[in-house]
Amino acid sequence: MAEVAGHIVKSYEQELKRLRDLITEMGGIVENQVALAAQAVVHKDGAAATRAVEEDPRVDGLERQVEQFVIRLLALRQPMAMDLRHIVAALKITGDLERIGDYAANVAKRSIVLAEFTLPYSLTGIGHMARMVQEGLKTVIDAVGDNDAEKAVEVWRSDEVVDDIYTAIFRELVTYMMEDPRNITPCTHLLFIAKNLERIGDHATNIAETVHYAVTGETLPETRPKGDSSAYAVIRPRE
Amino acid sequence: MSVTARQADQPGSASAAAMPQPAARIAIRNLDFFYGSNQALKHITLDLPERQVTGMIGPSGCGKSTLLRVLNRMYDLYPGQRAAGEVLMDGENILDADVDINRLRSRIGMVFQKPTPFPMSVYDNIAFGVKLHERLSKSDMDERVEWSLARAALWGEVKDRLSGPAMGLSGGQQQRLCIARTIAVRPEVILLDEPTSALDPISTLKVEELIDELKRDFTIAVVTHNMQQAARCADRVAFFYLGEMVEVGDAVQMFTAPKQRRTQEYITGRFG
Repeated sequence: MAEVAGHIVKSYEQELKRLRDLITEMGGIVENQVALAAQAVVHKDGAAATRAVEEDPRVDGLERQVEQFVIRLLALRQPMAMDLRHIVAALKITGDLERIGDYAANVAKRSIVLAEFTLPYSLTGIGHMARMVQEGLKTVIDAVGDNDAEKAVEVWRSDEVVDDIYTAIFRELVTYMMEDPRNITPCTHLLFIAKNLERIGDHATNIAETVHYAVTGETLPETRPKGDSSAYAVIRPRE
Repeated sequence: MSVTARQADQPGSASAAAMPQPAARIAIRNLDFFYGSNQALKHITLDLPERQVTGMIGPSGCGKSTLLRVLNRMYDLYPGQRAAGEVLMDGENILDADVDINRLRSRIGMVFQKPTPFPMSVYDNIAFGVKLHERLSKSDMDERVEWSLARAALWGEVKDRLSGPAMGLSGGQQQRLCIARTIAVRPEVILLDEPTSALDPISTLKVEELIDELKRDFTIAVVTHNMQQAARCADRVAFFYLGEMVEVGDAVQMFTAPKQRRTQEYITGRFG
């Protein structure tokens, strides 16, 4: 739908803008958190890890702020049509962003433990996955800010690749653990890190679906391209 | 009629496909209406589906009240006002000159914005209209009055003051009395022209609840300026602007994701 005129009630217009600003602010922080967490893992950067974890309370605070603001808008403005869609979308997006923040913090915490181990294994795969996840997250947060449904669809489609990488990493790590029990601790942490990154990708996809609905009024199909087949992966030790 | 409105009303379009429509109790086809030389309705094509509530929304002067007035030939009272096109009920065009207006108005009842009780007792307010159309015995009439008041959710409040003056009732009670008076003649269609705009919030909710009850037996069209009310009460909603019907669709779709930009702007309060 083409760009619509401004709201007659100016304070309402300002409130809607403020809501959008809160979400973009939260998106920016979370995006940075994920970047710091990835940096912490790949470069064993303890300072980055600490910063990623420290951002978490800010994200939680913003989530509460958005929730209260949305409740206020629903009660006072009784929004309709695109306003209603955007306000409900803000509530959903804030929840997804908060989860992404939690996963990023968890990745960062694990990176500190991981840095104490000599790894049997290169971090290229995880680094690649982290970059893809960050890219998707950045695009989807831009889509939120620009009300861009096409960008959202792009992210929605691209998550499949992240799932594929995750499945590959899963198999690889299990193999290392079977080869030498001393690998179990670092590889378990790496497995959780990979899983957390994969979950971040899923939440970015949720946000993409929400943006698409808010902007167009139409929902994306229920089945999206999915590549995570680690749930069925079986690796047996050699006899 | 605009192309979009025609599309929206076609079976197979997104809104029509979502929910199978019951048969139209009233089918408005290519309706034009003129106040003298001023055209107030332009090529309206709209169905009022059987036992559903059709909400009509739009800014003042968009033609929605005019449409209600056409549906029971209210405009006949005024020279210089004329309608063209068809309003079909059971295959008969109710705009035809030879239509019996009194019978038509007993089939299509109307309730107005402000309660309009007659200056007589509660009982006689109901009985008055019935007597014009039917000859009932005293006991049958008593029964009809009770039935009407009960259907209008007013019986409990007035059963002990049936002979008291209707003017002594509260605004909300008066409006429900007018609804009772309308259904007393057992119409097929009820037209409500901003039925709650003069009522307090609690009375408004009672009337809304009543509309929900009444649609089991009647086909209802309600004009309202209260968007939330339209969203709550109506199954389908038609948006009018400058005498045209811009869009019609399932109420949920109209209020969450309208297809037309003008509808969107109006219901979100962005009308320039």
